[in-house]
Amino acid sequence: MEITPSLLALQLVTGIALGAVYALLAIGLSLIFGMLTVVNFAHGAFFMVGAFIGLYFMGLTGNFWFSLVLTPLVVGALGLVTERFLVRPLYGRGIDYPLLLTFGLSWVLIEAMRVMFGIEGLPSSTPPELRGAVDLGIGFFPKYRLFLIFATAVVVLALWLFLEKTRYGLIVRAGSRDGEICKVLGIDIARVWLVVFGIGTAIAGLSGVLAAPTRAVNPEMGIHVLAESFVVTVVGGMGSLPGAVLAGLLVGIVFSLTSLFAPDLAELSIFVLMAVVLLLRPQGFFGKQGLMS
Amino acid sequence: MRQAFEFVRRHRVAAVIAFLMVFPLLMPYHALAINILLFGLFAVGFNLLFGYTGLLSFGHAAFLGVGSYLTGIAMVHGGWPWWAAVVLGVACAGVAGLAIGFLAIRTRGIYFSMVTLALGQIVYYAFYKAERWTGGENGLRGIQVPAVEIGGLRLDFLNPVTKYYVILAFVALALWFVSRILASPFGAVIEAVRENDRRAAACGYDVARTKLLVFVLSALICGLAGALRALHLSIVPIDSLHYLLSGQAVMMCLLGGMGTFFGPFVGAGVFLTLEDVVTVFTKHWMAVVGGVFMFFVLFFPSGIWGTLVKRMERVR
Repeated sequence: MEITPSLLALQLVTGIALGAVYALLAIGLSLIFGMLTVVNFAHGAFFMVGAFIGLYFMGLTGNFWFSLVLTPLVVGALGLVTERFLVRPLYGRGIDYPLLLTFGLSWVLIEAMRVMFGIEGLPSSTPPELRGAVDLGIGFFPKYRLFLIFATAVVVLALWLFLEKTRYGLIVRAGSRDGEICKVLGIDIARVWLVVFGIGTAIAGLSGVLAAPTRAVNPEMGIHVLAESFVVTVVGGMGSLPGAVLAGLLVGIVFSLTSLFAPDLAELSIFVLMAVVLLLRPQGFFGKQGLMS
Repeated sequence: MRQAFEFVRRHRVAAVIAFLMVFPLLMPYHALAINILLFGLFAVGFNLLFGYTGLLSFGHAAFLGVGSYLTGIAMVHGGWPWWAAVVLGVACAGVAGLAIGFLAIRTRGIYFSMVTLALGQIVYYAFYKAERWTGGENGLRGIQVPAVEIGGLRLDFLNPVTKYYVILAFVALALWFVSRILASPFGAVIEAVRENDRRAAACGYDVARTKLLVFVLSALICGLAGALRALHLSIVPIDSLHYLLSGQAVMMCLLGGMGTFFGPFVGAGVFLTLEDVVTVFTKHWMAVVGGVFMFFVLFFPSGIWGTLVKRMERVR
């Protein structure tokens, strides 16, 4: 196969579309970590639940947009329950415990989806409005993947506006700097944590709905996604939102370019990228020096 | 009661071995007993790092898997005798531990867990893709150990009871080794690092080197568990390298009691017996085990043996 500039450019856009999903996942992880210093090991499972619930709603109503709005709400609600009843009792007990708990939770969620939807998984379909391809000038590109990039940009922008321009966002940012002082100032920090965990899981659910038409939907789909989103967070710097976006796109591009030149090494490449980043800059692109490393 | 408890704790290696000697008689079938033996050893190796040094690794399946695969590859492709293959498997697990540990100890806390998980997946994908040597997705097949010869003594390895006791001999050796490490001055340094690594550094101990050394020791033990597992199963499934298996070590360790000598075996026993019993009723055993694990994290973080130890110490 001859590698032409336009093929390379198309592969680059494919990488960006893939990276968009990674970025969304890493944003959810980073948001929760930055605030609660909890690594959500059930993040991949929430992603998977999002894909299933999304398809379920789509089958129920036949409307993709309806499911796109409703699914994050349902997964977010699941996140709220998780934080309130499972994670909250563990605060102050050492950072490993919430991690262990969410790992156990991921097993339960995987089995729950197997019970509800079967072990085979569900066939996924692209919504009719977004089928087909458009000419980008360098070649034809699937419409749905362009939509993925666009949707991610919207979510990132909305989150940025929320964090930087609203009063509640200010409280969230203050809480991630120093929760203790926030408490002294009369802010119910426990409630802020609850909300942030909910938003983080809702974004995981949203990325699940968005990713569903581009990959196989089965109960195990979140398992590898979790490892990949860890790579993105480590590369971008833990707890940093710009880092999550940038690293997500980079990881997507590295994956898709490697699969063009050496398909066998595609999965390996992103993990090697992480190892290199660890060697040269252990705290990641935007991570604070000394915070975690 | 208390005296018996103290006696067991003082002679911990002998106590475990004595228990494991009669253990197959208590189990419904030998495959489960062998499984508990192997995973117990895996959890012991993991516990050295998690329980005693306070580093939560999610990449230890890599060492179990490397131990298994290299033992298998040496026997299937190289035609090595079983004992040499086991030595090679354990040594390679140690080398893998050195490489992964070198990168991972640059990070701390939760970061460490994420990084070890991701680095472990490198090994997974590398073995997955090297189909010519590892069999790829189907796993490595055709490891044959009809009999084990030790000093002129020929033991039938196809007999599950003999197999159990041969594996137990290796496990006993490893347990004695771990017990020696923990009782040594180095063992005290390990726990000092867990309790307060800055103070340990201020006392003049090289924290990074201590962590790396424990990491490698832990990888060696897990590699041995893997090598023996390859002999036991006569195949190496690709899942041996997956981080979900690392997660199982984490679960076993916590269920039994992290940072205790007997905990990992208790945990492995409970985990595998639970899995075995639950699968009789439903194929969704992961939900039950995951639920039990969450219950322990929330209410009994010291695990079964750890809670027992605490209670005994309170009585005294």
